[in-house]
Amino acid sequence: MARVKLREIAHARSGDKGDCTNIGLIALRPEDYPVLVREVTAERVKEHFRELCQGRVERFELPNLGALNFLLYEALDGGGTVSLRTDAQGKTFSAALLRMVVEV
Amino acid sequence: MIRIANAQGFWGDSLEAPLEQLRGGPIDYLTLDYLAEVTMSILQKQFARDPQAGYARDFPQMIERGAKEIVERGVKVVANAGGVNPETCGEAVAAALGRAGYKGRLKIGVVTGDNILGRLDDLMARGIELRNMDTGAALESIRARVRSANVYLGAFPIAEALGAGAQIVVTGRCSDVALSLGPTIHEFGWKRDDWDLLAAGVVGGHVVECGAQATGGNCQVDWETIPDLAGIGYPILEAEPDGRFAITKHLGTGGRVTVAGVTEQLVYEIGDPRAYITPDVIADFTTIQLSQAGKDRVQFWGVKGRPATELYKVSISYSAGFKAAGTMTYGWPDAVKKARAADGILRTRLERLGLRFSAIHSEYVGANACHGDLLSGEASPDIAEVTLRVGVRGDDAGAVERFTREIAPLALNGPPVVTYPSGGKPKVEEVVAYWPALIPKSEVAARVTVKES
Repeated sequence: MARVKLREIAHARSGDKGDCTNIGLIALRPEDYPVLVREVTAERVKEHFRELCQGRVERFELPNLGALNFLLYEALDGGGTVSLRTDAQGKTFSAALLRMVVEV
Repeated sequence: MIRIANAQGFWGDSLEAPLEQLRGGPIDYLTLDYLAEVTMSILQKQFARDPQAGYARDFPQMIERGAKEIVERGVKVVANAGGVNPETCGEAVAAALGRAGYKGRLKIGVVTGDNILGRLDDLMARGIELRNMDTGAALESIRARVRSANVYLGAFPIAEALGAGAQIVVTGRCSDVALSLGPTIHEFGWKRDDWDLLAAGVVGGHVVECGAQATGGNCQVDWETIPDLAGIGYPILEAEPDGRFAITKHLGTGGRVTVAGVTEQLVYEIGDPRAYITPDVIADFTTIQLSQAGKDRVQFWGVKGRPATELYKVSISYSAGFKAAGTMTYGWPDAVKKARAADGILRTRLERLGLRFSAIHSEYVGANACHGDLLSGEASPDIAEVTLRVGVRGDDAGAVERFTREIAPLALNGPPVVTYPSGGKPKVEEVVAYWPALIPKSEVAARVTVKES
């Protein structure tokens, strides 16, 4: 077992829907998808984003694309047009998730 | 096979992309998505001041510049440029064609019926509550502050306009994917219950609706090696009648079309992937099969769909107070420490002035603005500079206005090694918030008109 940052084994894209951010997390190699499924749970993502996300985190699996989709509720200070943040639409949340350290 | 080229991912996207799509190689359709959620309230405000406004003015200008290719090569154009005034947008398109010397050469279709702003009280009186989908609150609570209310229409009205001979179709609010799904329905004769085919069309539309995000733009995989982003090609969808699609771009353009980039776009701004709900079908994104089919060419197939719901989504915007944000930049040494001290001084002054806000938010651009303190970690004391950015939000426009006068004084009366942007004090903006709701489809009738230009 080795510990690596998610950015070593995955890429991602994030966006907004109201006050919710979605982060699509994709394995760079198909064989690493099971690692994402095992390591990157909704609970861990909630813990990882505890400063930015006030609500719950939901996770969905897309095995056909080697991807997970996360919904982070109450994560944008009220939503894209209301938010006072520089990243009002959560566009950089994708990279923030890739900071997470996982065991491979 | 038909080729559908997207050239606008939002209002504000490249002005040149539509012309490059028209001139860079063969296409059958050009689609342009102008309407973000915030756009409708801006257009409604413009319409209230001027009944000849309220649509994306970039669109007729684009038609005028591209008229030669559109008319002489028979390219069909579908755009949601109509905003809250699709009829006037259609007239502006006709005028633009006239200016380009092509008066009377083609038909223009206009889709309306999405705008329910004038019907809200009637709908509510009849028990259609338009509750907030996220919070469950009744619309009554913000009724007086509503700015715009538009139904997301589906793709069939666009197909109907094309079927009636329209070469340019202008819509108001419709689902983003409808712009490319409408053409495939029209060309291939797909029926309202061809769920798998419609779902495939939805997936294709979702891939191209954000423009160059499908062709190497904003792509995290090997981004430094993606060729010629300055000349990036926008996406082209090659659609087959049996629901197989390929995503590509014009030969010789920059960017890159790969499974990695297309997958990033597939998972962009989706919810439950098993149920991507549109007005026309529920698409199951867990059934998409994707593969590289050559250089700059990705194909997908196998998409499954389920029957659409009996409801349309409504996007309602309402006024929710005021906000402003100001910045000051602090230089080495101890830039972050100075910026944090300045933030404390500013907040003390705001408090002493008795100004009340519903939110005050401070960021240190260069140290924590994107990812927050926890994930960014401690910034080095040797960091070259950091920008303090403070924003406030509240119902009292006067308090927000007063806040904007408290930033600049820090240049002289706060911590040292400070500079601030030219351009004066921050602007006070009205906050427009969103209210997603549902409405029975039986309450909404799309109208299609087709006229000679």
